[in-house]
Amino acid sequence: MTKPETIAVAMSGGVDSSTVAAMLAHSGDGSANSVVGLTLQLWDQTRLAGRHGIPETPKAGRCCSLDDVYDARRVAEHLGIPYYVVNQQERFESDVVRPFVAEYLAGRTPIPCSLCNNHLKFDQLLKTAQSIGAQRIATGHYAVNEFDQKRGRWILKRATDSGKDQTYFLFGLTQEQLAHTLFPLGRMTKPEVREAARQHGLALAEKPDSQEICFIPGGDYKQFLTAYLEEQGQQMPETAGELVASSGEVLGRHEGIFNFTVGQRKGLGVSSPSPLYVLAIDPASHRVTVGADEELATRNLRACGLNWISISNLSAPMRVRAKIRHRHEPAWATLEPAGADEVTATFDEAQRAVTPGQSAVFYDGDEVVGGGWIV
Amino acid sequence: MKRVYMDANATTPLLPEVMEAMRPYWMECFGNASSIHLDGQQARTAMDRARATLAEFFNCHDAEVVFNSGGTEGDNTAIFGLLHPGDHFITTSIEHSAILRAADRVAQHGVKTTFVAPSASGLINPAEILRALRPETRLISVMLANNETGVLQPVEEIGKIAADTGVFFHIDAVQGAGKVKFDVRRFGCHLLSISAHKMHGPKGTGAMFVRRGTPIEPLLVGGSHERRQRAGTENVPGIVGLAKAAELAMHSLEDGTIDRLEKLRDRLEAGVLQLPGTGVNGGWEGEKKIPRAANTTNIWFDQVEGEALVISMDLKGVAVSGGSACHSGATEPSHVLMAMGLDKARARASLRFSLLKTATDADVDYVLKVVPEAVEHLRAISPVAAGTLG
Repeated sequence: MTKPETIAVAMSGGVDSSTVAAMLAHSGDGSANSVVGLTLQLWDQTRLAGRHGIPETPKAGRCCSLDDVYDARRVAEHLGIPYYVVNQQERFESDVVRPFVAEYLAGRTPIPCSLCNNHLKFDQLLKTAQSIGAQRIATGHYAVNEFDQKRGRWILKRATDSGKDQTYFLFGLTQEQLAHTLFPLGRMTKPEVREAARQHGLALAEKPDSQEICFIPGGDYKQFLTAYLEEQGQQMPETAGELVASSGEVLGRHEGIFNFTVGQRKGLGVSSPSPLYVLAIDPASHRVTVGADEELATRNLRACGLNWISISNLSAPMRVRAKIRHRHEPAWATLEPAGADEVTATFDEAQRAVTPGQSAVFYDGDEVVGGGWIV
Repeated sequence: MKRVYMDANATTPLLPEVMEAMRPYWMECFGNASSIHLDGQQARTAMDRARATLAEFFNCHDAEVVFNSGGTEGDNTAIFGLLHPGDHFITTSIEHSAILRAADRVAQHGVKTTFVAPSASGLINPAEILRALRPETRLISVMLANNETGVLQPVEEIGKIAADTGVFFHIDAVQGAGKVKFDVRRFGCHLLSISAHKMHGPKGTGAMFVRRGTPIEPLLVGGSHERRQRAGTENVPGIVGLAKAAELAMHSLEDGTIDRLEKLRDRLEAGVLQLPGTGVNGGWEGEKKIPRAANTTNIWFDQVEGEALVISMDLKGVAVSGGSACHSGATEPSHVLMAMGLDKARARASLRFSLLKTATDADVDYVLKVVPEAVEHLRAISPVAAGTLG
């Protein structure tokens, strides 16, 4: 019999994390573990209300909205576990929101959820959990972590429900974090989770999933950038420039590089007999290169800001499957070290829209080898 | 698990006598005090008695007592009821949000407000109030006891300034009630607000002293309740409970309870300060001790995140508070401590201990056991949890 421990559950007010709390609180296995619910208050949804067309009253069903905190609190009360809201707004702003804004202004396409996982959901949450006397944290992410005796490492694996798998956003987890985290939903499908929620009598079992970036009301990131910069008393930097074809021919002008994402088709402001896509964004010259769909395909990517999970370091070329955006089917590639904190991946077949700012996550079968940020 | 409640400045439990006094007024004597019949008269009589008790509590005439829903209503009434476009208002930056947000509201209607800042010890200097005065100043509002530090403000001196200059003076006495002897004549105020639940009375009930002749516009209009100063059927059980709480508070002020409480608070404070890297917020002006509410101490802890400390202590059965809760329930650094010049990190690393007058030596012993454990654990886990304190 292991020593009873205290587990802090990160509760967002959604079905997944609520079900985790319920499963751990009422495990039925006679374990004497105690469970504490924590919600990280990350962003004030009313903060930018009324600026640049952002609605005065935020929509419900968002991370950190009062409705979600209310739902999480009701679940905790239903389960009879202690529950607290922890203010992490400053850290979220400095570690997630500001980099998000800076990335767009630099012509890249950021992915705030991974930053949030690295800095808030795991690093900060684990610190907070341990400081209040918990030993481990549990979250509602769809992923599997287990210790491999042979390699002496914690391994992160894709979830059983491949449509729900969230390992792409979790590549930044350290061994220390993996060792102190439970992902109770990793082997469950979403319908099974909803069923478990119903069996635990959770009123929110049918609550819809949230999809958008939690701090962007309405999902309009350009509106958010403008409103945030205005609130900060800053001007949107002047990044207007030329729109050029891959041949170098100037096709027109654009109003700022933050309006573009590699692979984007709509809103280019030029007409052409065949559809045009953004191929590249040059933050120095503010030049945006556009071209045909087939020109989007590349065989190479570079990634930095690396974190390795199943291996301690990459010292020799390795065959992996690389995933370059959330909805991308991992593709075979050869991974090679390219400096202290940089790797190259050469795909067997060219991949569409390799986008700077997104992460590249490398898989060996179901295992996450590691990942980094595409440059 | 043993639980020790040290958050009396947030709210207090009813004393059994208060509960008993209120009991008949829910079901037996349920009448509406405005009704002519016997049932109404019973309610009216209960209210008249309560009013006489509150008049004694404030040291004013019965007719100068207005029952309301509590501190926020009293604070709002003073501001919305007296200030007109073009007026100037003087208050302090350490007031309760019921004052500060009301000042924001009237600012939209052309009322200018000067917020006087406290000294590093949390004390308002009356000379600063005097300096802020303008010909168009109509109202001064200063709290009696600060909710975070317990520091007692020099209301009598401010009352003299108000009298000399012909300006109305409101005291938010919510945190002073039951801890300090009231005398509205000595205070020199025109208005004074209290809330029952801060002194072992029921929530949702309060009272305001309104000096005769003060031209205050009611916040709520309707029936002619409370001499047309506050419309709405009176909360008779609440008012009876408030009066009983006030009566018991007057006894406590005389019978040594408050002195005992102060000794208990001092022992707690001295015990916590044994920990390295700690100190008291407010209460000392250099080497000189300044008056504080007997039940309150506010202590900073280096290299500790206050929110985590509050949670760990709660999980060990001790209820204290740090900062002020925002809408979601997360904690914001206290605006009072920030106004005293603490940086954000230290404001966040501060805890308020506020003892009930029923606190015991055993309670203090327990807290003195839990606090060092929790602080040492936090410091060991994340020596720079302070890294998050932007």
